[in-house]
Amino acid sequence: MTRQDRIAALKAAARERILVLDGSWGVMFQREGLSEADFRAERFADHPGQMKGNNDILCLTRPDVVTKLHEAYYAAGADISETNTFSATSIAQEDYACQSAVRDINLAGARLARAVADAFTAREPYRPRFVAGSIGPLNKMLSMSSDVNDPGARTVTFDQVYDAYREQVLALHEGGVDLFLIETITDTLNCKAAIKAILDLEDEGLEALPIWISGTITDRSGRTLSGQTAEAFWNSVKHARPFAIGFNCALGADLMRPHIAEMARVAGTLVAAYPNAGLPNAMGQYDEQPHETACHLHEWAQSGLVNILGGCCGTTPDHIRHVAEAVAGVAPRVPPERPKAMRLAGLEPFELA
Amino acid sequence: MRPVFVNVGERTNVTGSARFKKLIVEGDYNAALSVARQQVEAGAQIIDVNMDEGLLDSRQAMVTFLNLMAAEPDIARVPVMIDSSKWEVIEAGLKCVQGKSIVNSISMKEGEARFIEQARLCLRYGAAVVVMAFDEQGQADTAARKIEICERAYGILLDRVGFPPEDIIFDPNIFAVATGIEEHDNYAVDFIEATRAIKARLPYARVSGGVSNVSFSFRGNEPVRRAIHSVFLYHAINAGMDMGIVNAGDLPVYDDIDPELREAVEDVILNRRPATGGSQTERLVDLAPRYRGDAGQVRVANLEWRTGTVGQRLTHALVNGITEFIEVDTEEARLEAERPLHVIEGPLMDGMNVVGDLFGAGKMFLPQVVKSARVMKQAVAWLMPFMEAEKAGKPREAAGRILMATVKGDVHDIGKNIVGVVLQCNNYEVIDLGVMVPADRILDEAKAHKVDIIGLSGLITPSLDEMMFVAAEMERRGFDIPLLIGGATTSKTHTAVKIEPGYRRGSTTYVLDASRAVGVVSGLLSQERPRLEAETRADYVRVREQFSRGQAQKTRTPIALARDHRLKIDWTAQPPVRPSFVGVRSFEAWDLADLARHIDWSPFFASWELVGRFPAILDDDVVGEAARDLWKDAQAMLQTIIAEQWFTARGVVGFWPAQAIGDDIAVYADESRTEELARFHSLRQQMDKSSGKANLALSDFVAPVGGPADWIGAFAVTAGHGEAEVASRFKAAGDDYNAILAAALADRLAEAFAEALHRKVRTELWGYSPDEAFDIDRLIAEDYVGIRPAPGYPAQPDHTEKATLFRLLQAESNTGMALTESFAMTPPSSVSGLYFSHPRAHYFGVGKVDRDQVVDYAVRKGWDLATAERWLAPILAYDPSARSGDAAA
Repeated sequence: MTRQDRIAALKAAARERILVLDGSWGVMFQREGLSEADFRAERFADHPGQMKGNNDILCLTRPDVVTKLHEAYYAAGADISETNTFSATSIAQEDYACQSAVRDINLAGARLARAVADAFTAREPYRPRFVAGSIGPLNKMLSMSSDVNDPGARTVTFDQVYDAYREQVLALHEGGVDLFLIETITDTLNCKAAIKAILDLEDEGLEALPIWISGTITDRSGRTLSGQTAEAFWNSVKHARPFAIGFNCALGADLMRPHIAEMARVAGTLVAAYPNAGLPNAMGQYDEQPHETACHLHEWAQSGLVNILGGCCGTTPDHIRHVAEAVAGVAPRVPPERPKAMRLAGLEPFELA
Repeated sequence: MRPVFVNVGERTNVTGSARFKKLIVEGDYNAALSVARQQVEAGAQIIDVNMDEGLLDSRQAMVTFLNLMAAEPDIARVPVMIDSSKWEVIEAGLKCVQGKSIVNSISMKEGEARFIEQARLCLRYGAAVVVMAFDEQGQADTAARKIEICERAYGILLDRVGFPPEDIIFDPNIFAVATGIEEHDNYAVDFIEATRAIKARLPYARVSGGVSNVSFSFRGNEPVRRAIHSVFLYHAINAGMDMGIVNAGDLPVYDDIDPELREAVEDVILNRRPATGGSQTERLVDLAPRYRGDAGQVRVANLEWRTGTVGQRLTHALVNGITEFIEVDTEEARLEAERPLHVIEGPLMDGMNVVGDLFGAGKMFLPQVVKSARVMKQAVAWLMPFMEAEKAGKPREAAGRILMATVKGDVHDIGKNIVGVVLQCNNYEVIDLGVMVPADRILDEAKAHKVDIIGLSGLITPSLDEMMFVAAEMERRGFDIPLLIGGATTSKTHTAVKIEPGYRRGSTTYVLDASRAVGVVSGLLSQERPRLEAETRADYVRVREQFSRGQAQKTRTPIALARDHRLKIDWTAQPPVRPSFVGVRSFEAWDLADLARHIDWSPFFASWELVGRFPAILDDDVVGEAARDLWKDAQAMLQTIIAEQWFTARGVVGFWPAQAIGDDIAVYADESRTEELARFHSLRQQMDKSSGKANLALSDFVAPVGGPADWIGAFAVTAGHGEAEVASRFKAAGDDYNAILAAALADRLAEAFAEALHRKVRTELWGYSPDEAFDIDRLIAEDYVGIRPAPGYPAQPDHTEKATLFRLLQAESNTGMALTESFAMTPPSSVSGLYFSHPRAHYFGVGKVDRDQVVDYAVRKGWDLATAERWLAPILAYDPSARSGDAAA
């Protein structure tokens, strides 16, 4: 199967059923009980500072663990698994002084996922598996001040964010991902830099890949961290002509529902959601059980809100299995045909009818 | 379907709001943010942010402001319109907004490739675009061009860029109507028709525009402007206009506009001839003064403002021109400030900014601004010793240094002084070389002071030549700084045709009046300079083309034929009247009080850029308050002038036997008419008079040799002795307001002197209208027998004739008046002219003269042709340089 074949298959599958994304990676790595040495391996044996916690580096230092997790999620019923590259940008890797490893992490991350997906697809050709290149947020934001005393202060520029994302998406593309997943978006302007980095790849003759954009509504205010409502967020990124749009992280399914419902109303493309396993408890652990998550998401599917479901923080292959089973056979949402209109956004949407 | 119209807030636009501009230029972003907040609170659905200001790093200002706005949820909730004529500013803005914004604007001005590139970038950044109806050929003015360009742009955007049609907004250019230029009459209709076609033919596309342009001709009359906007929008919105940059809160409801005004406005917008006849523009112009704004508030003389903070008090004093407490308040501010300079940069500049904003908004007028400047100067004068004492103190940085001069041969400087004051108010350093300044001195001083701009002023036509010379000298001496041209006889056409082409190294810009000066200067001292200069240059190329077309079109009557068409007076029906004496009589000190009652006040207000007839102007709803205050100050000063004899009014009048010889008038020593004392030369109209009217020359009003005996009179009067001393005394005290006021009053007194003397001539000295009663209104309306045309003015545009006049009158010894090399009179407040007594004598304009007459005139004057062409340059109907090129070959 060529990548174009896989993309066609992905789109075809999305028309037929609700697709399932994998679950959390952080909690699974924790369960592996990895040590500092696992994170370093030979390549980073003498690297200064602590490396433990830099999960993305495991693509290079413990590829076996990464492969194992992809396998666990595909086996649990996921159609799509994400590369282990959530923080694999030069800006995010600054925390570990690993900027120079960014290209390698993304290439390796994409190739590992690709190999596992291809193996599953070979075994079950009636159910092809797909790889989404994970593009996470940055710890530096373009729309928010870095200094309480100076609301205009910024620690990065759009061009720096663009360059960081460009390095990541080039390597993910080369490593063979089927689509890009810009996720856990806290700042839409950062996201727009990522979108531009992806769209600009076409100018270099690279084949266009579907883009999935997943924002994060941080709390009950119903806004992204940078202050946008769901519809404003959609208006701000729809120029990417995304394959899918939705939300992930921060909220459990119960609290995320109204925002997904809102997105389902406005977005003329697939809607995707992968909430956390509820809210964390006092110990920072997630208590929501797989059947509880599945119960919520089943209702969403029944209500015609979604096209892609999965899990974020605290979810496990067991959660994904329950979700996959719960939504199997439920008809996917049909994107609405909204009348063409100029739709703009600040923090809130504006429509010229 | 009910049309929906989106108002785009325009107050965060430095080109649209003087207040916002000041805040940004000074870096007061907090206050600038509050402007944005107020707009959103007032209901703006989109905020237009424009930082295209010469004094700014526009790119940085855009980034700073948008980043700050992002931190204000109550502002950032609405989308932004990123507005700039510079792509790099737009792109920098696009990198700062998380939402989906509108780019304003892109166009095909620089060709398709650039258009496509910018559109693609807008798409990648996720923005809607405003596309201007502008292509490689220029900005579209007719409906057909607008539609053609928009259709082409739409096709390119959809087919070659993949741009979503619903994100395209066309701006088909709103231009001013009722400008008095016929080609502009259809501009509103062109826009409306283009809007209708765009909405019909280009699915999902939107139409927007900057609405205030349409009423530009009525600047200063806000009620009429608002009515024009309202009527324009009514029709444009019905045609499909979707959004506009307009201060919508101000607009009257279409149906609430006074029906008479609405109909007049509608005729102008829809380019219809009014049912009552005449042109729609004239009708609205006539009607407009009646609808000026709400009655100006009467300033109550209470001192409640003294209870404010020192900053508020300083602002109040500056805005209201009150000097009474300025030193006390300035001292208080100084004690509070860390350094005396901070008082200037802080509270005083804040106050002046308020003044600038009010002036820019048409809420304050020149006399008030000049008074504000007086307050400012006094405050600065108070601080000077403290600043000098403070050695570490850096000098205050001026925004630029402007050299100003009235050119050699010219003595008029009221306008130049006003411009100087206005520039100083805006933090420019002005080096004023005064009057009668030769070119080499202007340029030496410019070099010595390293000035940024040279401004030349002149009132009489020969000054035009001198300005051309200065421009040519600037070229020769390698100057490249901008040259500004202003003054009563100057014009955009003259500047474009005669001055600008001589100075290629730098740029030349015509400045219409004092209120434009700051805009022009700040533009030319900014990064915008190359663009502005290029625009001006392109504009002047157009003006030259128009001018040469106009030249070609106007047929001139051959001089021989024109003479056949001279005015043929029946001398027997109305025979000439003999004056009471022959020879000259002088007046040593005419009673100033008598002159005061002869004053025509309307031009006095005009010299302060307050336009309107006196006395109606005092009750004018818009400028009335300013006019009343000015009038009060003028009356007070006039009383002092009379009481303290500031000026001496000296004059001379003479009568001589005279007969016309062709187009000349021979002046004889006595009734024997044998000794010719002098000969006046006149110029004859050569315009096409096929309607049967005469081709006039002044000589037509005098009986020819062989006809009945006739006489001519002449006069020279001045009220200017003492004027210079008074003005410099005020200037030295930092009081430009009173200096200008005194000069303006001296001017009026001289004109009144001419009027009073003329009346005495008619009733007594010549005595051809002995029974005429005194009626100032009839005097002003020139409703009397006989005329007093002055050389250099329309009936005889040749200034050199003043030499003959002065010689006959022995004006220098009789009045202390003199002529400069350009035949300007000194003192500046002087008037001279000829007297014609015949009832059929009337004022006229010679208009353009052809070469046949110039050749003939040169012979009569004893000049070579080139000299004649130089002195008659402003009225030549042909281009003498075209021929001299042939001659050289």
